[in-house]
Amino acid sequence: MAGIISYGVHIPWHRINRMVIYSAMGFLNPATFTGGEKAVANYDEDSVTMAVNAGMECLNGIDRNTIDGVYFASVTMPFKERQNAAIIATALDLRSDIKTADFASCTKSGTTALLAACDAIKAGSAKSILVCASDCRLALPGSLQEEYFGDGAAAFLIGENDVIADFQGSHSVSYDFRDTWRADFDKFNRQWEDRWIRDEGYGKFIPEAISGLAKKYNLDPKDVAKAAYPCLYAATHPRIGKSLGLEPTQVQEHLFATVGNTGNADSLILLAAALDDANPKDNVVVASWGSGSDALLFQATEKISADKTGKVKKALESKKMLDNYAKYLTFRNIMEVDKGMGRGESVPWEMASLSWRYRRTLLGLVGSKCKKCGTPQFPAQHICVNPSCKAVDEMEPYRFSDKEGHLFTYTGDNLAFTYNPPAIYGMVDFEGGGRSWFDLTDCDLDALKVGIPVGMSFRRKYIDEKRGNYGYFWKAVPV
Amino acid sequence: MGSIKDKVAIIGMGCTRFGERWDMGYSDLMVEAFLECVEDAGMEPKDIQAAWLGTQFTEVNQGVSGLPLAETLHLPYIPVTHVENMCASGSEALRGACYAVAAGIYDNALAFGVEKLKDIGYGGLPDFSLGAAGKYEGLFTPNVTAPGAFAMMATSYFAKYGLSPDEGKMMLAKVSSKSHHNGSMCEKAHLRREVPVEAIVKAPIVAWPLGLYDCCGVSDGAAAAIVVRAEDAKKFRNDPVYVKALQIADSTGEELMYTDYDYAHVETTTRAAAKAYQEAGIKNPREEISMAEVHDCFSITEAVTMEDLQFSPRGKVKEDIDAGRFNLDGAQPIQTDGGLKCFGHPIGASGIRMMYEEYKQLQGKCGPRQVKNPKFGMTHNLGGFPPHCVISAFIVGL
Repeated sequence: MAGIISYGVHIPWHRINRMVIYSAMGFLNPATFTGGEKAVANYDEDSVTMAVNAGMECLNGIDRNTIDGVYFASVTMPFKERQNAAIIATALDLRSDIKTADFASCTKSGTTALLAACDAIKAGSAKSILVCASDCRLALPGSLQEEYFGDGAAAFLIGENDVIADFQGSHSVSYDFRDTWRADFDKFNRQWEDRWIRDEGYGKFIPEAISGLAKKYNLDPKDVAKAAYPCLYAATHPRIGKSLGLEPTQVQEHLFATVGNTGNADSLILLAAALDDANPKDNVVVASWGSGSDALLFQATEKISADKTGKVKKALESKKMLDNYAKYLTFRNIMEVDKGMGRGESVPWEMASLSWRYRRTLLGLVGSKCKKCGTPQFPAQHICVNPSCKAVDEMEPYRFSDKEGHLFTYTGDNLAFTYNPPAIYGMVDFEGGGRSWFDLTDCDLDALKVGIPVGMSFRRKYIDEKRGNYGYFWKAVPV
Repeated sequence: MGSIKDKVAIIGMGCTRFGERWDMGYSDLMVEAFLECVEDAGMEPKDIQAAWLGTQFTEVNQGVSGLPLAETLHLPYIPVTHVENMCASGSEALRGACYAVAAGIYDNALAFGVEKLKDIGYGGLPDFSLGAAGKYEGLFTPNVTAPGAFAMMATSYFAKYGLSPDEGKMMLAKVSSKSHHNGSMCEKAHLRREVPVEAIVKAPIVAWPLGLYDCCGVSDGAAAAIVVRAEDAKKFRNDPVYVKALQIADSTGEELMYTDYDYAHVETTTRAAAKAYQEAGIKNPREEISMAEVHDCFSITEAVTMEDLQFSPRGKVKEDIDAGRFNLDGAQPIQTDGGLKCFGHPIGASGIRMMYEEYKQLQGKCGPRQVKNPKFGMTHNLGGFPPHCVISAFIVGL
């Protein structure tokens, strides 16, 4: 037996109205306008950071020591060599005796990772595996994909006990269908003709996967509560459901006009949205797209949340519209900008041996807590910082990433280089004790006040182009 | 604990013009300050027995060790010690020289501070991630600049004492305007013009809530002092300046990691000053300290320092600023030469530059900005950021 224990989503704070893109680039390709808005990762986000933040929501209230593995699916992994799933596992402060794997190369890998996790649980080789899917795809300015692609992530904890949805089975199809591709020397995707992709691809593979699943498990279309599947073409999306005999109410809304197509995250965010609304005994089908399709069947249990606020709805509500196309290009590093001679170019030189030694500090935001006086402190100390304690080596690890705090003081700095000035940073006092200074992100300076509550978010701290490395750390975000 | 009081005297000082000295390297600056210093002391360079050199950002172009000073001045095979202790580096060099003489090892010693900042290619100080912060800290600390670190002190000071941003900024504008007035009368200052408070409050924001005129300049400069045993001082001049207290204090880490610190004062200044007053035998600093050069890297730093040095009661500095207490014609003039605000802040040079002003004031040589009959002068450096700093608090007198 296997199923979903919990899930989380991360949709970036920034959205851009497609008309802003079209106003700037429509001259080049007048037929590209598609309407609506899409989610844009902040300058300090990539597919790994978004996966960690979706994972944080997914693991809220769950003992990290119970997690036996992390599977990460993405076509936009920041590292081609250095396992991205291992970065996620360290950031989430999981055990080291776990299985980790990256699932790459096509946008169906998210469901493939989900399926692999379900199979591992069923086979008894793990008790629980965290599956993260995240994408942050770049598209050439003026292209249709620039309007289609959105950024986002989802995470699912798969396990055997206390599941909110049972895994019933799956059906997969695999085809070398070159609708979109990117060779190892390319930065941007290339794409074949849309009409061919629509008719020969989406119109056939997703129906084939879902109908194959239905046949295998004797699932009548009327017994499907929700079918969640992606389609790059909004107008084609309902036609796929219709071809399977599904009513519009049985098809999960595609989020194309609010988030865009999020690659590997797409099917999983839609699955999360379907589970947000699900009631016990509901059959939920999720299918993916990319070099074929996987279709998975889940059935909601009595443990499904009765609270119908919805994680996806909540993530959609918090947003800031980007009114400037150049800012979008800058955030995604599509356009080179003047960082200033010196100040903007300098980044700390991350030494691999040092980062390894302090990995729980740097990736996991783990400090220490004094066993004598109970004072949490960051970074970890040998000698207790409490002036009335000062116990020596009486510390135990203490994780700050899942603690809330309040903003003790702050500034908006126009001198420090950032892709989104001013650089906002401040001191955070954590609930339960502990203080440190952090960058703030996903916020406007005008909205800050001394004392407001903040939570922690995993972010990219710098890009070291000279040494080919990304540095990560945690930032504070107003809650 | 022992005391330095009246054991050592300063008998000669030199100070370059501070500014964007595009045509001068660190060695040119050293020579300019040194020639004035030895002439003022009436001492031959060959007679100098030991030297201390304070420079912080050695990576900009000077390099480490005492050799840059020894070889530029062709000192006669004497020990030269390079020290760096953030913005207190110059004061640290002076402390080393004073202690060596007080210990009886040397008859005299040279203290030197120099910093060539204007070779970095951008405004402000060199990026701390280049070397001033440790590599490890640089991987998790936000990219805090000096204006940002002190702006956070303004944010919490305003919040703690209920000042609106407008009220707070007006209080700070008066601090800067006063210094510009004094600096306009000082020929060695970098920025020598009056700036009215109206212009200060309207200036572009550098780090909220601090604007352009809340920040000190960035400049090149050097300053030097020669110290001898107190009993020998009168052999060199009839108006030597005696050292009364030399205190340095470093943060404990509590301010950054423990939740008691309010970020509306500098605990380290408070501690260093209390020890300095004890060492000098000062009972009532507000009444007894005639004047001071404090570390006004930012207007908020000067305001808070007035409270930390016990010149103003805690939370009440605004009343003293409004009453003009710290103006040149006030009861306790501060930054009589214009301070860091007008001199700029070549890190290693500042501490000794401040002492230069106290030395000249005590000798009555400051012309239009002369303080009337000063008895005790004080210098204060704040190296680093308010919750993470090195403080020097020195007192000199006649």
